[in-house]
Amino acid sequence: MSAYIANRLLWFVPTLFVITLLTFLILKATPGSSGVVSGGAQQVSETAVEQLEIKYGLDKPLYEQFGRYIWNAVQGDFGESFVYRSQSVTSIIERTFPISLKLGIYATVLAVVLGMLLGIISAVHQNGALDYLSVWVSVLFYSLPNFVMGFVLILLFVVYLPKLGIDLAFNVGGLATWKDWVLPTVALAATPLATIARFTRSSVIEVIHSDFVRVARAKGLSENRILYTHVMRNSLIPVVTLIGPIFAAVATGSFFVEAVFNIPGMGLYYVESFVSKDQPMILAVTLIYAVMLAAMNVVVDVVYGFIDPRIRR
Amino acid sequence: MAQTGTTGTLTGSGAITPSIEEAAPAAHHPPTLKALGDMTNRPQRTLMSDAWQRLLRNKMAIIGLFIVIAFGLLAVFARLIAPYGQAEVVDVRLAREGPMWLWPMGLDENGRDVISRVLYGAQVSLLVGVVSQVIVLAIGIPIGAMAGFYRGYVDNLLMRFVDVVYAVPQLLLVMIFLNIFGAGLVNIFLGIAIVSWVTIARLVRGQFLSLREMEYVNASRVCGAGGWSIMLRHLLPNSLTPIIVSLTFGIPTAIFTEASLSFVGVGIMPPNASWGQMVSVASNPGIVQAYPHILVFPVLAIAVTMLGFTFLGDGLRDALDIRSRE
Repeated sequence: MSAYIANRLLWFVPTLFVITLLTFLILKATPGSSGVVSGGAQQVSETAVEQLEIKYGLDKPLYEQFGRYIWNAVQGDFGESFVYRSQSVTSIIERTFPISLKLGIYATVLAVVLGMLLGIISAVHQNGALDYLSVWVSVLFYSLPNFVMGFVLILLFVVYLPKLGIDLAFNVGGLATWKDWVLPTVALAATPLATIARFTRSSVIEVIHSDFVRVARAKGLSENRILYTHVMRNSLIPVVTLIGPIFAAVATGSFFVEAVFNIPGMGLYYVESFVSKDQPMILAVTLIYAVMLAAMNVVVDVVYGFIDPRIRR
Repeated sequence: MAQTGTTGTLTGSGAITPSIEEAAPAAHHPPTLKALGDMTNRPQRTLMSDAWQRLLRNKMAIIGLFIVIAFGLLAVFARLIAPYGQAEVVDVRLAREGPMWLWPMGLDENGRDVISRVLYGAQVSLLVGVVSQVIVLAIGIPIGAMAGFYRGYVDNLLMRFVDVVYAVPQLLLVMIFLNIFGAGLVNIFLGIAIVSWVTIARLVRGQFLSLREMEYVNASRVCGAGGWSIMLRHLLPNSLTPIIVSLTFGIPTAIFTEASLSFVGVGIMPPNASWGQMVSVASNPGIVQAYPHILVFPVLAIAVTMLGFTFLGDGLRDALDIRSRE
């Protein structure tokens, strides 16, 4: 087991290094990405350009820039944003990350709880009306892109239902009351919720039809006892493997959901930094996402190794 | 399993083992089998016709198939159907005018015909879905095949690459790609293809890895078939089902990616129409409340297309994958 964990952890560092190096080189190769000369129509004198290049360390050879970047990044310094001139990337992230994290946690909790519930209900009532209903809901949630889901919710709850006299008073753009969080949370949770529901459904159905459940039934156990102690325990283990994909879905989904609902989180800034080619910002946030995702994958591998001995080899 | 190993080594020396002689009689009596077929008098059914029958019985899949075909036709003939050009301004003074019989989806914030733009947007979506997947297959199948069949360094290299690519969300990688090479249709094709060929390569690798151990592969090797002919005549046709299924999910994923990219402003650039970009422009709070029709139609277009592909994809998977049936 410890060899297995060590193996997973050892892969973590080179993966991160390769991602950082790739992102760094790619952004360096981007034309106009130095950001300094992107002044638009107005002419910038060559000496001014040189001074700015020295200021941002762009005159040094690439490997030195990369080494320095890594050194600073490890200490939590990601440089200065090209677009928001007076702010360091770290300060922007410190301000925006908690908002994204909060939204992400709400969405994950909603997705996991409701998704598993939906999956279990539809498996227990297989081919019944409840099953069809929840399969429909999950197909709908599953196939709509995040931002489309966001706009469907806005059109429904903010534009059309109030016209019909049903006003639930959901606002868009504010973060003051709990009502402001409802729509973004649902929009962000939709895809992972459906993924969990579909997966749970097939997993529970598989276990329900297995031999040991038939034995339990033959023994005369009550349906509740069978469901809660035998079926649940065995069918929900594979759902743990979904943690990685769910986390990735919530993380990438948050760019779009934050853009739709105008939530000043890290995702919104990240997306804007692509449009404005804000190189330090792109690099920093890409790195943060990569670290979180890679860490999450290691955690999933280790947890799954504990739960299912066959994985360990 | 140990048997397959011995047959493999003996093939090289040309010796015939008992296990091969055992297998030989069955292969030498096709006439008997044919006679049996004539006796029962059943019409011949291939895997594909069987799957097609199963697909037709699935209502959701038929709805999906219908939506996908309609989407494809509308996209291909967009130029003929659309009453206006994608960037053509009907009348600036009528900007934001609601739906009426002349323009069934209304006019947008610049006075352009929304239905024409939705049709041109369908064209972009279809192109992105099809072209990117063609590139994905062209890269993914050969590399996956090499890795699965010959193992060795191609396999190692591929799997390490998979590790790295899978560590970052695909959408994010495409965004980074477009950031370097600039926005535009061709770069969207390439960006999506370069990021997502890995999925197909891994799939084909897995298929080839297990299929190459099959006895019929050993049999054809005994008959003197080379690597290429085994791969093309036996392994590839037998891997076709999962490839088709993954394709029906790859196309909507590509369409979804393009819409998302255009929505955040790094995909298709105005004045060219794309669903994601139309949604993005219409998402301005002032427009959403007062002129929701500008937002509703592109949102519906994406939603219906995505649903159609999901229905069809689920149906195809159930119809083609024999193991998943209950």
